[in-house]
Amino acid sequence: MPVWVQLGYLVAAVCFIVALKGLSGPGTARRGNLVGAAGAVLASVIVFFERDLDHVVPILIAIAVGTVAGVVGAQRVQMTQMPQLVALFNGVGGGAAALVAVLELHEFVEEAETGVNLTEFDLVATAFTVLIGSVSFAGSLVTFAKLQELMTTRPVVFPGLAVAFGGCLLAGLVLSVVVVVEPALWIGVLLGVLGLTLGALLVLPVGGADVPIVISLLNASTGLAVAASGYILGNTLLLVAGTLVGASGTLLTRMMAAAMGRSLTNTLFGALKGGSTLGAGAVSDRPVRSAGPDDVAILLGYANRVIIVPGYGLAVAQAQHSLRELVDVLGERGIQVDYAIHPVAGRMPGHMNVLLAEAQVPYEQLKEMDEINGDFKQTDVVLVVGANDVVNPAAKTTPGAPIYGMPILNVDQAEQVVFMKRSMRPGFAGIENELLFDPKTTLLFGDAKQTMSKLLNAVKTL
Amino acid sequence: MSEDVVWLTIFVLSVFVGIEVISKVSSTLHTPLMSGANAIHGVILIGAVLVTGAADSGLALAVGLVAVILATINMVGGFVVTDRMLQMFGGRRAPQRKDQQ
Repeated sequence: MPVWVQLGYLVAAVCFIVALKGLSGPGTARRGNLVGAAGAVLASVIVFFERDLDHVVPILIAIAVGTVAGVVGAQRVQMTQMPQLVALFNGVGGGAAALVAVLELHEFVEEAETGVNLTEFDLVATAFTVLIGSVSFAGSLVTFAKLQELMTTRPVVFPGLAVAFGGCLLAGLVLSVVVVVEPALWIGVLLGVLGLTLGALLVLPVGGADVPIVISLLNASTGLAVAASGYILGNTLLLVAGTLVGASGTLLTRMMAAAMGRSLTNTLFGALKGGSTLGAGAVSDRPVRSAGPDDVAILLGYANRVIIVPGYGLAVAQAQHSLRELVDVLGERGIQVDYAIHPVAGRMPGHMNVLLAEAQVPYEQLKEMDEINGDFKQTDVVLVVGANDVVNPAAKTTPGAPIYGMPILNVDQAEQVVFMKRSMRPGFAGIENELLFDPKTTLLFGDAKQTMSKLLNAVKTL
Repeated sequence: MSEDVVWLTIFVLSVFVGIEVISKVSSTLHTPLMSGANAIHGVILIGAVLVTGAADSGLALAVGLVAVILATINMVGGFVVTDRMLQMFGGRRAPQRKDQQ
């Protein structure tokens, strides 16, 4: 490998570190991402000079195909569907790593026949990449299907799931050992198939609300698979980049889980033990107080302090633009209005910020949970739009509830609470919200978009 | 120092760097950060190109090319979608270009 190529890889690795650093601050995030992209482009160009490669033309065509597919997918996706796209991108990355390792195993086996000695480390890393890469691929596809609602978002549990999972895991370990001791291509392929099964079994029992944590975890594991493939191929850039993603992804997974008040093991295996995110799902017929847009307009228009709690339902109904207008009109009336953003509002931590930013809501009006939770006591009206679990007091009061322990927005401390809801259907976690039946709560039923514009007009005519 | 120890050293140091650089991220940026990290592991493209370039049979070539396509989707799509997300965080967007006909 020419020295300048190695130095080029070093530059790319530094780009990735700078990118991750940049991505953790609001002011530098976009530039950070571009630096990362520059590093990736640099690496993809100089790889062609690393050694003599055959089939350069088909490879370039494949890169062109992948580029078009990636760009079109990334440009076309609705911002509400972005979590599943990230899952999909992660999955294909894991799949690529697994395929690379299978091909490398094929080469190892041929080399072994010509008398070249293989080190165990190479084979261990190969087995690891095949297994983890395919787990990540299948797991991400199931995650995608859940978020896209191609299948149920509830945990899928069947009798013997735990046994099947344990069995596959054990078989995976045994096969990994076999690959190391007696390398053969077909065992590698079998290992990949086992990995696919394991990935699916791992994600099926996870409830919809916990899926983001799993995406992050699979993201970290793809990183580790890439790192291992770097070792196999003797490529430092792959090792460094993969390890960076593996390490930061693991930390990120833990931070997300903490924000949701869940432990990782509970997220993954809670459904197996029973009573995790399995909600009652029954629609209660207890009495609630509902009102029309005009009543709510009066409530809002004569308040001094209003806090908006947006949820995923808002974005799905595409009501965020009308909401922003409403907030503007209220602001003109001299009312102090802020948005309270729960860390997991939307379907992923930070997802709601993306969705509101798309509607051009000023960044300063978006208040994080810790920042605003003390303000609810002095708030006249809280308007909850399409959110449910993140304001559910059961997280504090009901030890048995699936969301128990999750930090929530203290909406229940406000003077008045208005829920804008489509129906009495429970939230993503599938549990009933006591706050809906509270005497100070008013429900405004209807499609978020239509109701929001009615509300907006009503406030304008006050 | 044996070569494997060098690899181990790089690995361990990278773990610390990876943890350190994102330790102060606010929850607002969790989604873009995950997406950006996701794009970075798209460099598996390098590995895919290397093994495909060494393919000695039609089947190996085909498998390799699939890996190249998947890896490229991961890398390119990842960076583009991250940029799309972050574009919106800019706050003040460039004034609407009206008179550009």
